[in-house]
Amino acid sequence: MTTTPKTITEGEHPILDYIRRDRLPHIFCSACGIGTVLNAFANALRSLNYDIDRLVVISGIGCTGRASGYFAADGYHTTHGRAIAFASGVKVANPDLNPVVISGDGDLFAIGGNHFIHAARRNVDMLVLCINNFNYGMTGGQMGPTTPDSAITVTSPDGNIEHPFNLVSVAAASGAVFVARWTALHARRLTKSIEKALQKKGFKFIEVISPCPTLYDRYNRHGSGLDVMKKYRELSVIRNFTDPMKAEIDYRTRIVCGEFVDTEKPEFTDLLAKQAETLQQR
Amino acid sequence: MLTRQERSPIVPEEETTTKYEIVVNEDWCKGCGFCYTFCPREVLEKSTTFNSKGYYPPEATNIDRCVGCGLCEAICPDFAIHVEEKKTKTTTKRGRK
Ligand SMILES: Cc1ncc(C[n+]2csc(CCOP(=O)(O)OP(=O)(O)O)c2C)c(N)n1
Ligand code: SF4
Ligand code: SF4
Ligand code: SF4
Ligand SMILES: [Mg+2]
Repeated sequence: MTTTPKTITEGEHPILDYIRRDRLPHIFCSACGIGTVLNAFANALRSLNYDIDRLVVISGIGCTGRASGYFAADGYHTTHGRAIAFASGVKVANPDLNPVVISGDGDLFAIGGNHFIHAARRNVDMLVLCINNFNYGMTGGQMGPTTPDSAITVTSPDGNIEHPFNLVSVAAASGAVFVARWTALHARRLTKSIEKALQKKGFKFIEVISPCPTLYDRYNRHGSGLDVMKKYRELSVIRNFTDPMKAEIDYRTRIVCGEFVDTEKPEFTDLLAKQAETLQQR
Repeated sequence: MLTRQERSPIVPEEETTTKYEIVVNEDWCKGCGFCYTFCPREVLEKSTTFNSKGYYPPEATNIDRCVGCGLCEAICPDFAIHVEEKKTKTTTKRGRK
């Protein structure tokens, strides 16, 4: 069931129209970046005056996976890794709906990796917001597909020996029509990119680098969540339309942010409808 | 001699001054410090008293410096701070320009 937005009374936070206020305060740790991303997403909805009745917020499992429960829109808190599969189903069953997937690096790129690359390849209309905190937060801080080289996690106590995915490059190579990366510090640029992506048809991907002060950043002695945000300020450089392959994330040197891909190509459910129409005329 | 235009009557002019107010929901604040660290105008400070959960919320100790940029509102992970615009209209009598 959809909750129709209430009107904000004076003195209330302006995004609360889009949020299930009965669920607040949310579960995320102090200084976790997930809340900032939810704030940015709600802000984008507000500035577009987005039709919440056509929005479906879908997430998988993890700390980020809790996102779908906080929006005053229809939503699915799906099984682990399957958010994109659900979103594809929503879009195919009712192309008038707009699925937005908000999920974690582990959910979307470890167990859910195949769903990601194939939905991008097919160009199914959806926005995927990935909160990359370089580990599996909810389950206690295990290493995952984005954990950097040598990083310490509970399952890589002597340093990670695996090579991480560069998510923006995976997204671009798989065929996403819009690809961007920001950090939680870039709250307003992130909001603008979300606005842009919501107005575009096809498979859109935005990665948000986010502090996990309770686990990942603690094991790696990065200090508090605030220290991590200060580090983002020091390290991030904005390079729009740079080759995603070259958009590195290196906590020792630099984090390349920006909008890297913004292109057009025929969308899956449009092509499906067109084909169905041709077949009916035969 | 003054031209006709220069002799136009003195009319009261309306001036709008914009002031900002910072609204903090202390109960939701988790004291991360993002707002008072990243405010570009040093409007906010860590409060000296803590909330029911033991976190120190921000306090707008320098509100006159606020330019309403909205960064504190956008960066807060807990939807605990926002900025409100207060427009006041004042009528002033102005002489010829
Ligand atoms: C099928 C299945 N396997 C494993 C798990 C355990 N599990 C829960 S959340 C999670 C990883 C979440 O990591 P991420 O998506 O990065 O989210 P975060 O908590 O970091 O936001 C795992 C492995 C599960 N719930 N279901
Ligand atoms: S464990 Fe990490 S990702 Fe999960 S809520 Fe806490 S800080 Fe955020
Ligand atoms: S609106 Fe901008 S200037 Fe005013 S307190 Fe917030 S961050 Fe500072
Ligand atoms: S950003 Fe929000 S949660 Fe953090 S200290 Fe400021 S008001 Fe509190
Ligand atoms: Mg994660």
